[in-house]
Amino acid sequence: MSRVEFWQGNTACAEGALAAGCRFFGGYPITPSTEIAEHMARSLPKAGGVFVQMEDEIGGIASVIGASWAGKRAMTATSGPGFSLMMENIGFALMTETPCVIVNIQRGGPSTGQPTMAGQGDMLQCRYGSHGDISPIALVPASVEEMYSLTVHAFNLADIYRVPVFIMADEIIGHMRERIEVPDKVQLSERKPVIDPTHPFRAGCDLIPGFPTFGKGYAVHVTGLTHDDRGYPCTTNPEMHEKLVTRLFNKVESVRDEISLFETINTDSKVVFISYGAPARAVEQMLHDHPEAQIGHLRLKTVWPFGERCLSQFPNAEVFLFPELNLGQISREIERHTRIPVISIPKIGGNLHLPQELWEITERYL
Amino acid sequence: MRHELRLSGFGGQGIMLSAVIIGRAAVMYDKIFAVQTQVYGPEARGGASMSAVIIDSIPILYPKVREPDIFVIMSEEGFLKYGKGAKENSMMLIDSSLVYSRPGTPHVLIPATTEARRVFKRDIVANIVMLGALVKVTKIVTPDALEKAILDSVPKGTEELNLSAMKLGFTLAGG
Repeated sequence: MSRVEFWQGNTACAEGALAAGCRFFGGYPITPSTEIAEHMARSLPKAGGVFVQMEDEIGGIASVIGASWAGKRAMTATSGPGFSLMMENIGFALMTETPCVIVNIQRGGPSTGQPTMAGQGDMLQCRYGSHGDISPIALVPASVEEMYSLTVHAFNLADIYRVPVFIMADEIIGHMRERIEVPDKVQLSERKPVIDPTHPFRAGCDLIPGFPTFGKGYAVHVTGLTHDDRGYPCTTNPEMHEKLVTRLFNKVESVRDEISLFETINTDSKVVFISYGAPARAVEQMLHDHPEAQIGHLRLKTVWPFGERCLSQFPNAEVFLFPELNLGQISREIERHTRIPVISIPKIGGNLHLPQELWEITERYL
Repeated sequence: MRHELRLSGFGGQGIMLSAVIIGRAAVMYDKIFAVQTQVYGPEARGGASMSAVIIDSIPILYPKVREPDIFVIMSEEGFLKYGKGAKENSMMLIDSSLVYSRPGTPHVLIPATTEARRVFKRDIVANIVMLGALVKVTKIVTPDALEKAILDSVPKGTEELNLSAMKLGFTLAGG
């Protein structure tokens, strides 16, 4: 069973978080993500949860990490400038393997840029913005429905892999209202329990240790320093560092094709669009307007880790066309994985690609 | 049955809420599809504000309005910025108490703000008067759906006032 709503993307994100059992939100409001904080501020106390408006985004993500260690599903939401402030603690969350969800409703950057306009300029920042060799997960919704379902999914992935998971939406998807069928129930995964309390960071062959809860049974040392299986600092042993960071990297990278979500249309096509987020809607409209052209479309719902298997869904592809609301950030990632030419169709400034403009570019390759 | 609707006026008139009400009426009560977007920014505090709704019987792919066929214009600046380039076969509803320009395209004049002030002593419901007129002229959603969506969206205690404003809109549009 489900019910129909006419929701804003940001509302759907907050409702998805609540349905996923999120009971803590810490953050600092910023356009165009503010509606998420507002919705959580209204709803969390009624659901037995806690909302804290922190002094800034650094405190916001710090409080989320603390709430997660206290056993709660926790999230924050921000946009570019706040996301930049969060980078240091995102690294701490990655190093300490803290499950949490970080929503970035992207606007035009750099700096304070265009607060009310759409962008996708933080796609590489979420992958590489925090220092060290890291591998987070990033999901990209293209509809109000996906703002809900991918937020639920983000909480599950965070708990399964013990990593921060990003929802890298954009102002268009965050602010638009459309029809959504809200399910009565969502599927939730559990945190894996700790097997050996004396070695809480010891992982099995899946490379993911169980997750202890603060205040339940035994003491755990949590540090951003390189640590051993007990959680104690061990900062000058090269083998220990290599073992730890390789595990943190591989626990996500080794299963990237399992994590990777995507949709395909016209897989026999020679001309194939790749897209994510709001530009996907322009591609879909263009395909709908020109059905005779049989253009292919690969819509990414997961951008990080990038599962290159999705490209092999198009065995006849001769060119990939990739509209993004940035100067070609993920186009470059695609180039690393294929010998087929990747044509970036960048657009910055806040407007969405027009279907007609995409068609005019497509015609050159048909 | 696809319609692209653009509403424009100045910040504070309820241009955004009007668009949300129409989208909500379509999705929740007429059981069709709608996408609502708006221009955010300093315009919301004065200046020309704009919101938009696409309504269709099938799911809507591209979320932005490209070529509106229906306009609701509630300020002169809004007309100059968003209404002037209306296409030939479009329909424009104009609050004639606030907009002096007239397009060369089909339009209906509704003195919404003057009438809201005269009948209810409340300018604030002029947007709802315009919505009543809009639905009467274009049938973009059913009157029943509009009424329910208004009741969902207005502050408690103002339901009667807003429904009266909607009905005034029906009347001013010739019903």
